[in-house]
Amino acid sequence: MTVVAEAMVLPGAALPAAAPLIEVNDLKMHFTIAAGIVRKRAATVKAVDGVSFTIARGETLGLVGESGCGKTTTGRCILRLENPTSGSILFEGQNLCGMDRGSLNEKRQRMQVIFQDPFSSLNPRMKVGTIIGEPMKVHGIHPNQKEREARVAELLSVCGLNPKFMDRYPHEMSGGQRQRVGIARALALKPEFIVCDEAVSALDVSIQAQVINLLEDLRDQFNLSYLFISHDLSVVRHLCHRVAVMYLGRLVEIADADELFNNPLHPYTQALLDAVPIPDPELEKGRTHKAMKGEIPSPINPPGGCVFHPRCPLAVDSCQKEVPQLRQMTAGHWVACPRV
Amino acid sequence: MPALLEVDNLHTQFDTSAGTVRAVDGIAYTVDEGETVGIVGESGCGKSVGALSILRLIPDPPGRIASGSIRFDGQDLLALSDADIRAVRGGQIAMVFQEPMTSLNPVLTIGQQLCEGMQLHLKIGADAAQARAVELLDMVGISEAARRLQQYPHHLSGGMRQRVMIALALSCKPKLIIADEPTTALDVTIQAQILELMRDLTQRFGVALIIITHNLGVVARYAQRVNVMYAGKIVESGTATDIYHRPVHPYTLGLLRSIPRMDRPRGERLIPINGQPPDLTQEITGCAYRPRCGFATDQCARETPKLETVATGHATACFEKAQLERLLKVAS
Repeated sequence: MTVVAEAMVLPGAALPAAAPLIEVNDLKMHFTIAAGIVRKRAATVKAVDGVSFTIARGETLGLVGESGCGKTTTGRCILRLENPTSGSILFEGQNLCGMDRGSLNEKRQRMQVIFQDPFSSLNPRMKVGTIIGEPMKVHGIHPNQKEREARVAELLSVCGLNPKFMDRYPHEMSGGQRQRVGIARALALKPEFIVCDEAVSALDVSIQAQVINLLEDLRDQFNLSYLFISHDLSVVRHLCHRVAVMYLGRLVEIADADELFNNPLHPYTQALLDAVPIPDPELEKGRTHKAMKGEIPSPINPPGGCVFHPRCPLAVDSCQKEVPQLRQMTAGHWVACPRV
Repeated sequence: MPALLEVDNLHTQFDTSAGTVRAVDGIAYTVDEGETVGIVGESGCGKSVGALSILRLIPDPPGRIASGSIRFDGQDLLALSDADIRAVRGGQIAMVFQEPMTSLNPVLTIGQQLCEGMQLHLKIGADAAQARAVELLDMVGISEAARRLQQYPHHLSGGMRQRVMIALALSCKPKLIIADEPTTALDVTIQAQILELMRDLTQRFGVALIIITHNLGVVARYAQRVNVMYAGKIVESGTATDIYHRPVHPYTLGLLRSIPRMDRPRGERLIPINGQPPDLTQEITGCAYRPRCGFATDQCARETPKLETVATGHATACFEKAQLERLLKVAS
């Protein structure tokens, strides 16, 4: 269980001997909203506001939260699809922020992404073979077309698709098959790290299980690390070693998956878990549901102090002023709430 | 006492360039007064089309209700004139759609949308409608109700809009509400709020509810009876406990085994259903689930299984039900 051991040193603690694959420190991504004819700065959306975590090699970190909490932006920042406002993202100890284009491109071969929507993330005018082969072409791997085709065929069969699908267009395939193409494309450059952004959310139940199993198999086979971004807590619990919970741009809790789901400490995490219905009517009868009051505030004008205080059952006056910091409750279990 | 809603042998088809799609292929079920019935299935299984057929909201062409009968509260909905079915829609049967963003009219205020239906169906004046609208918004948990009536849908969040949809659905004192994926577009904490609200209000007013969803958890929490649909047919129906604890259709069993569950030990391998749902433009002989089924026999290829009762209120459309029952007994 090296995964767990490494995971325990975090966040803010000194670097362990075996450096993590990914280390995110105090990441901030603020977007400005412009208005008026002169596009004057009208407001700032603090999509990600001081997030720190690490991902060890071979580890899957789940990032959960509701829409607009900044989980997707966090993933995009790590891939440097966004230019973070501040903070650092270390990939094997090297900071991706401020890295020049050449070095970044080299790093990008080793980190890939699987998107949510298998309908819009594949170019409808390209054949599946071209889609999967393109990253190799761009990065000059297998410049020989024959070799590239052989690799595409191999990737297709790794992902459980018939190599003949190479000559098909995305519209000729089902949602589950398309998502497998997206996964094959992500694997094309033999990455070490993959951001799975709601990678199974758009799929039907029976197909979802097929893709979850595929992601598990690939992780074991290629020792992949995932940042698994999802709003579906049952899937996250199933697939992740460690889980981080986000709310309005901040991490509110991070712990090993078992610990987080058995012993959630932050009132937001507790409410999230409580809201997940369990497919067992007898168990459901015995659960008490206290639906959390209120809605997620706008990230343009977030509440002061703890961003969760307007919805929090434990809130006291001081929560409106002080921004809670993550503190370690038990080994590896961090929570940003002074009231627990 | 006859059931509030009786759907019998309903066939709804769509003519497309690729052929006729048998979206709903002979379904039959009932809903009693005040009861909550869940309809589960994956995309394209016909669950929404089946519900839209009840209100005759299938666009014709390309769609048509080819045969079957739908009896609601003593009337045959398929035989009603256009004017009469309009009185049923939104009046005796109301609908809550999935997308709170697109199911409200963006250029009318919340108040206009709420009052229009009430003035029409309840035959009340503008002032009375206005007063009831405030009451309704209050009831669904929208603060400052009087001010909200002047607002437009874009002023409200997704959860708030779905609350308005529920207020709309309840506004004309319906006997039945059909909720088509009412919370799929919402975040999980908001989903919980909306579902609790729907349950409280339907119980309070004795309104029957059909909840259509792909989420097995939602059905387990809220429905008394459940119909599982696959490829346009109901393959299993029973009480929620029957369906979740004693499933006797391989598809139901497959669905239950393929979802990661919070109540099970972590890290258990999921058992997916292999293959994909069938193409409904093709004529299906035998059982539509056969290619994906681990229990399939020669008989399944030749004949189409009919929904048959295995215990009181519990029916399945599977030739191998005896084998399944035996296996489940062994497993428990």
